[in-house]
Amino acid sequence: MTSLIEQEIETATEVNDAPALELRGVTRKFGDSVAVDQVSFTLEHGTFLTMLGPSGSGKSTTLNMIAGFLEPTSGSILLRGRDIVGLDTNKRDIGMVFQNYSLFPHLSIVRNVAFPLEVRGVSRREAIKKAEEYLDIVDLRDRAKARPRELSGGQQQRVALARSLVFGPDLLLMDEPLGALDRRLREEMQVSIKRITEQLNATVVFVTHDQEEALVMSDVIAIYNEGAVEQFGTSQELYQKPASRFVAEFIGESNILEGQIVGSTMVVDGVEFPLSTRPDARRFFEGSHAAIVVRPEQATLRSSSSTAQSAPIVGRELPGVVTDVLYMGTSYRFFVHTDMGFDVEVRVRAHLPEAATRQGERIFVSWNPDDTAVVPA
Amino acid sequence: MNRQAFTKVRTAEQPGSRVPEDIRLSPRFKVPFRHVMLGLFVALVGLYLLLPTIFIIPMSLNASPSLGTMTDGWTFRWYQQLFSDPVWGSTALVSLQVGILATAIATVAGTLLSLALSRVLPQFRVALQGMSLAPMVVPPVILGIGLYILFLKLDLYGSMFGFVLGHAVLALPFVVVSVTASLAEFDPAQEKAALVLGAQPRQAFVRVVLPQIVPGIVSGALFGFVTSWDEVIVSTFLTAPGLRTLPVEMWTQSRTTLTPVLASLSTLLMVVSTGALLLVNMLQGRKSRKKGKRS
Repeated sequence: MTSLIEQEIETATEVNDAPALELRGVTRKFGDSVAVDQVSFTLEHGTFLTMLGPSGSGKSTTLNMIAGFLEPTSGSILLRGRDIVGLDTNKRDIGMVFQNYSLFPHLSIVRNVAFPLEVRGVSRREAIKKAEEYLDIVDLRDRAKARPRELSGGQQQRVALARSLVFGPDLLLMDEPLGALDRRLREEMQVSIKRITEQLNATVVFVTHDQEEALVMSDVIAIYNEGAVEQFGTSQELYQKPASRFVAEFIGESNILEGQIVGSTMVVDGVEFPLSTRPDARRFFEGSHAAIVVRPEQATLRSSSSTAQSAPIVGRELPGVVTDVLYMGTSYRFFVHTDMGFDVEVRVRAHLPEAATRQGERIFVSWNPDDTAVVPA
Repeated sequence: MNRQAFTKVRTAEQPGSRVPEDIRLSPRFKVPFRHVMLGLFVALVGLYLLLPTIFIIPMSLNASPSLGTMTDGWTFRWYQQLFSDPVWGSTALVSLQVGILATAIATVAGTLLSLALSRVLPQFRVALQGMSLAPMVVPPVILGIGLYILFLKLDLYGSMFGFVLGHAVLALPFVVVSVTASLAEFDPAQEKAALVLGAQPRQAFVRVVLPQIVPGIVSGALFGFVTSWDEVIVSTFLTAPGLRTLPVEMWTQSRTTLTPVLASLSTLLMVVSTGALLLVNMLQGRKSRKKGKRS
């Protein structure tokens, strides 16, 4: 009895300034296999979260649990402080955009957008008026009378977006909504989805397996791997301070150098690489296996014949030979085969003197330990 | 602009464009022999399929009182007799009642069954589908005997309700086949979308699922009705005094008094059946046009 009262008080206080969405230890098993494993995170109102990960990593399962198509095996899902586990899908007040749009083919565009209002008992006239307002926002007012099949993929996607936002949901879910579009349209849609959701201050959970899309659109990203959230953070955090090797490899390009921790260095094939000694640097146990993550633009080149360089050399210099040079417009990509036997990719901005390095030239590669991340191997 | 005009002129001058002109000059000699043979063969097959049915029409209009001989000139007398004899009207009414009620039951049950089939686990689906299509495969005589014995035991023999139930069993597979086909085209994510957008399960069904499978339901119902309307074998077993359908009456009369009245009735029935089939075709045609537009 007491616990019930306590709970009620707790909920009452939580509703006011509770986060838009909170997952607490959400787990889903299918038979013996664990599809989602102890996922917990908190999402503030108006935040754009992307769940990013390879297919089968549990991101869509998590989305389906939030939507109510699946129930978690354990854990709780709180929408504005209210636990929605066990609540019927249609009572959750969540908007959702599906990969294949799922517009209703027998209804006109405006009736599609009015649908969530009509099923909530709003009169047809009012619903259509509101739907037209939202069609204005997605810039499709002039197609209100058309049928879904008469619209292009991108237009259908915008209708689906308007339809999922028209009833002012607490949360908008998007399940790989751009998967079916070609590259150019994708990029256009990324910008317009971002603009529209920001304009309406919507809280969004977006699922994709495209890391570029995630970096462009999100305020925060949850990296999924084998059912668990490997890292939860902003695009910059994930890129600059990957928590694991998986994250480092999944987000952006990286050179990865494995070795063993000895003091404040990492030893690779008997060669010592100094690690950052800054106070915020990640600490490892002596002798543990670790890997240095060097982003291509974090590495620098120095020609063996000259001493000219744009940054002072910090850390170890690795001798090697340039095997390939690719011109990328604003930068050059150099592929270097080091004398230690592994390959390193270096990206140099086109205006720097090192950019003149030729294929076949002997050079030194180095990086600043303070810039690079070290992760458990 | 200039460049375009130039290209156009060039294409017109190309030798390839003269070929259609040659054909137009001598079309009669260009039709290959095998096409003529194919046309003839198709005409023969068509005739073979249609002749027995078409033949009924002149028979129903010939004045000769014995069915099948056409010697005595033309008349509408048989049609007049058809409408003056009350037995035809009353049996047709029974047929209509049975047909409509059986179709109603089969349509509701068949639609629900198809919805269940689309949701059930695959390993059960095959068994359930087999069962629901069984009345199409089981010989009608066996079905007739079975129903007869069962109805005697259940005290349903001779009742309109029993008759309707029997015919509903016959009509059910047609509804299942037709609705299952339209459900196969229906995207199940649509129902999910409706739910997440706030529709109660009932609203999702009525507003999203039903409108999209209505063509399948209607054509299934039409096929079901036609099946019941034509049925002789099972009906023969279920017939009781005061409960006799039109086809059973026709069958009985053709065994006893073979008059051209039967031919005139057949002609009328043929018109009705053809009309129903055309309606089904129109419904399906509308569906495929929609699909064509989408792609």
